[in-house]
Amino acid sequence: MIIGLFNYWIVVILMMSGLYIVIAHGNLIKKLVGLTIFQTSVFIFYISIANIEGADAPILADSINQYSNPLPHVLILTAIVVGIATTALGLALVVRIKTAYGTIEEETIQQLDNQSSQSKQNNDAKEQA
Amino acid sequence: MIAHLTILQVVIPLSAAPICVILKRSKLVWLFAVLVSAITFLISLALLQQVLNTDVISYQLGGWQPPWGIEYKIDKLNALLLLIISSISTIVLLASQKSIEKEIPQDKHTLFYILYLLSLTGMLGIVATGDAFNVFVFLEISSLSAYALIALGKDRQALWASFQYLILGTIGATFILIGVGLMYQMTGTLNMLDLAQHLPEVAQTKTVYTAYAFIVAGLCLKLAMFPLHLWLPNAYAYAPSVVTAFFAATATKVAIYLLIRFTFSVFGFSFSFTTIPLQTLLMALGLAGIFIASISAIYQSNIKLLFAYSSIAQIGYMIVGFSLATAAGLTATLLHLFNHALMKSAIFLALGALMYKLGSVHIDNFKGLGRKMPFTMAAIVIGGLSLIGVPLTVGFISKWYLVKALLAQGWWPIAVLILLGSMLAVIYVWKIVEAAYFYPANAAPKQIEEAPALILIPTWLLVLANVYFGIDTSLTVEVSKAAAESLFGSTP
Repeated sequence: MIIGLFNYWIVVILMMSGLYIVIAHGNLIKKLVGLTIFQTSVFIFYISIANIEGADAPILADSINQYSNPLPHVLILTAIVVGIATTALGLALVVRIKTAYGTIEEETIQQLDNQSSQSKQNNDAKEQA
Repeated sequence: MIAHLTILQVVIPLSAAPICVILKRSKLVWLFAVLVSAITFLISLALLQQVLNTDVISYQLGGWQPPWGIEYKIDKLNALLLLIISSISTIVLLASQKSIEKEIPQDKHTLFYILYLLSLTGMLGIVATGDAFNVFVFLEISSLSAYALIALGKDRQALWASFQYLILGTIGATFILIGVGLMYQMTGTLNMLDLAQHLPEVAQTKTVYTAYAFIVAGLCLKLAMFPLHLWLPNAYAYAPSVVTAFFAATATKVAIYLLIRFTFSVFGFSFSFTTIPLQTLLMALGLAGIFIASISAIYQSNIKLLFAYSSIAQIGYMIVGFSLATAAGLTATLLHLFNHALMKSAIFLALGALMYKLGSVHIDNFKGLGRKMPFTMAAIVIGGLSLIGVPLTVGFISKWYLVKALLAQGWWPIAVLILLGSMLAVIYVWKIVEAAYFYPANAAPKQIEEAPALILIPTWLLVLANVYFGIDTSLTVEVSKAAAESLFGSTP
């Protein structure tokens, strides 16, 4: 039972640890790493679906009678590209956040945002007075 | 040509996006983008016409037979959504040239139009396709460009809002991907129609339950249903004005479309509502969303943030209609989908005009604007009345149908709650009216004038549509009803 579903256990463990990292860590880079692990677990999941016991890779040859399902591989190739694009965009945003805020810690960014909205209100109050 | 309209709807904006790089000059790119968007609008009109006459259009990509090849499928529901997306996109693009002049640096204008067209492609693709995996791909095309568009906002908060949206949006999309994978594992097919035929055979397995749970959770993140809405307020508030107007009208609507599509067409009505207590759950969360988001809206002093919270509340109304699981409830949801797109895009475009003139949408800046910018403020007020649901505006029509659907089920306490929720909208809209019309203007030295016509005309087109579809409901009600009934008819 446990051995037979080995792949899927790995998928579940990776998925959960990825999500945990996204939620628990305040560092934006670590968040992105968690997100990537989370997405990678899904790639492994799709590839596991495609596997057929005793089957070979889907290459046309006389000696091969049973093929693995190629479709999930093709699908997940697309998803990998999407994943790379997401990570790249996320990292680009982190670079911009670093220049704009001077930090990549979630808590500090939150604080800076609160401060700036408060100082805006104070300025408005002064203008009115 | 006519036979290929379905695919051209997606291919035209997709191939137009890279052409923008060659055109380079801001004004030229703008004209090109408007033209492309207008073409998709005309195509969606033609598709709607065709669907109303013939029922369903099926397009086989590359001539491959459906369960194996990718199929694009347009029925009345798709056609309605395509019409909403392409029409709002065209009108918003018209206003964008003036609006982004103030909010985005000159050298990024071309990039803005490219991202906008890609986002449009993604949304049109999600709606047009009949393939479950294609949905994921287009979802990511539209989302990735959305993150970049939001990050173009001029405050640094835009970057942070975009990052948060990226994290939550990716988790949502990946959940959908897992759900699609589980469905494929059980049935061996990705075509929605084929899935609908094969899923009942395996409906009692844990895998199918899990697949449905993942898909619903992922979509609820994408459509910003309370309490999964945390990414939305900041993303809408700090994005460039035109981007907010476009997304408020379309992005969440597309996710609601997917929820309807997966629930009714793919998994089937009986599976979704009988084996899983979806009705109670969604009804409760929808109502909680209406009240909590409306109350949060009342306390906002940034008006864009105020209307962003109001958007979450309006999504609550759609979810309540959806959770009724009757044709009447679904009709109300679809009507509100269309009508809310009209209201919110009108309001956010008017706010864009304010941004253009004042550079801020803080409530204090609204004082005395009723006299100085009469057309802009009137647009916001009419949009606000529509949000409340005053007769002769579209908001009244959708709430009327929602309450009627609730009463048909005998759920009058919920109908009362819906009306109470509308009262909350009165409070936050009144806040703006009071500031604009009942206070003297701030002693600002600079003269404030009416916004440029290039923003005002598109805004007023949407405002007039708000009134027109509030009086002549034949098109919207007929299409929504037909779409809702065909969804119920198709389920065994």
